[in-house]
Amino acid sequence: MTWVERFDALERGPVGAAIRESLWLFPAIEAVHLLGLALLGGAVLMVDLRLVGAGLTERTPAQAVADARPWLLCAIAVMFATGVPLFLSEAVKCFYNFSFWVKMTTLPVALAFTFLVKHPLARRDLSRPAAALLGLASIALWFTVAAAGRWIGFSG
Amino acid sequence: MSLLPFCEWLAATAGSIALHESLYAYPLIESTHVLGLLLFGGTVAMVDLRLLGVAFKEVPVSRMNARILPWTVAGAVVMMVTGFLLFYAIPVRTYQSVWFRAKVIFLVAAAVNVWIFHRRVSRNRRQWDEAPRPPLGARITAGTSLALWSGIIVFGRMIAYNWFDCYRPQSPFVQWLAGCVTEAA
Repeated sequence: MTWVERFDALERGPVGAAIRESLWLFPAIEAVHLLGLALLGGAVLMVDLRLVGAGLTERTPAQAVADARPWLLCAIAVMFATGVPLFLSEAVKCFYNFSFWVKMTTLPVALAFTFLVKHPLARRDLSRPAAALLGLASIALWFTVAAAGRWIGFSG
Repeated sequence: MSLLPFCEWLAATAGSIALHESLYAYPLIESTHVLGLLLFGGTVAMVDLRLLGVAFKEVPVSRMNARILPWTVAGAVVMMVTGFLLFYAIPVRTYQSVWFRAKVIFLVAAAVNVWIFHRRVSRNRRQWDEAPRPPLGARITAGTSLALWSGIIVFGRMIAYNWFDCYRPQSPFVQWLAGCVTEAA
């Protein structure tokens, strides 16, 4: 089975078929995906702004990570719960879509960077430039994921 | 009074046509509008969740406002500039979109909600500034704000869909809501 055949099989599954047959389902799921995006933006930026030296400066970066963490996890859960069905409804289109692959490459990088690099480092005593670099890298990564995600709808 | 003639005039301007027919400018502006949502919607949500008493409970409300709201304002500028350009590219169809009309009504309601918060709710803020759970009035305005902005985001996304567009067969009610100009009129 080639990859495109696998994607085709995913698209033919019950979830993908149900979404394609409905007039409202895709836009409704997409709208919730967008609400999750706003929440994700807030949860990520509260930490990143602090790392850059802005935002809630009276909190330590470690405190900012702890404050934002439940909302970050909540936002990621919403994004997956809505993003996966959106993908299943048009998996083959995604397969041939450059933006989709940009997103699928940057998303694991952004997730790994956030949980394996940014959060552990934020708990340490970082120099100001190092902290700022960490925050800016996170902003750049997540904004790339978001922009690539939006661009899936424009191309192909 | 209808703004339709103005929108028709706007649609005929060179800038509107150029934007409408552009290959990359329109999607780039649209994407910037979505990225602006991360900053604007994100910071609004965090401030509202603090007021609800469910996030950043150790941060005084006044600190949240002083340190985060400037970023919300920056996000609002991005949203307004890109939003106006998106309208400018497709004025007539957007003006006659029931989703756009709902979005504008909710935007006005959100502005009134902010005004109520600053005029009424935050008058005695010093008494509860550091309270993990602000009083009911503050929580109501925060919940209202979250509901209104969620509606605005959903309606904004729905403008792209043509279910209720005037060129399609619509019930008289939808035609009235969208301000469609029927041939009989």
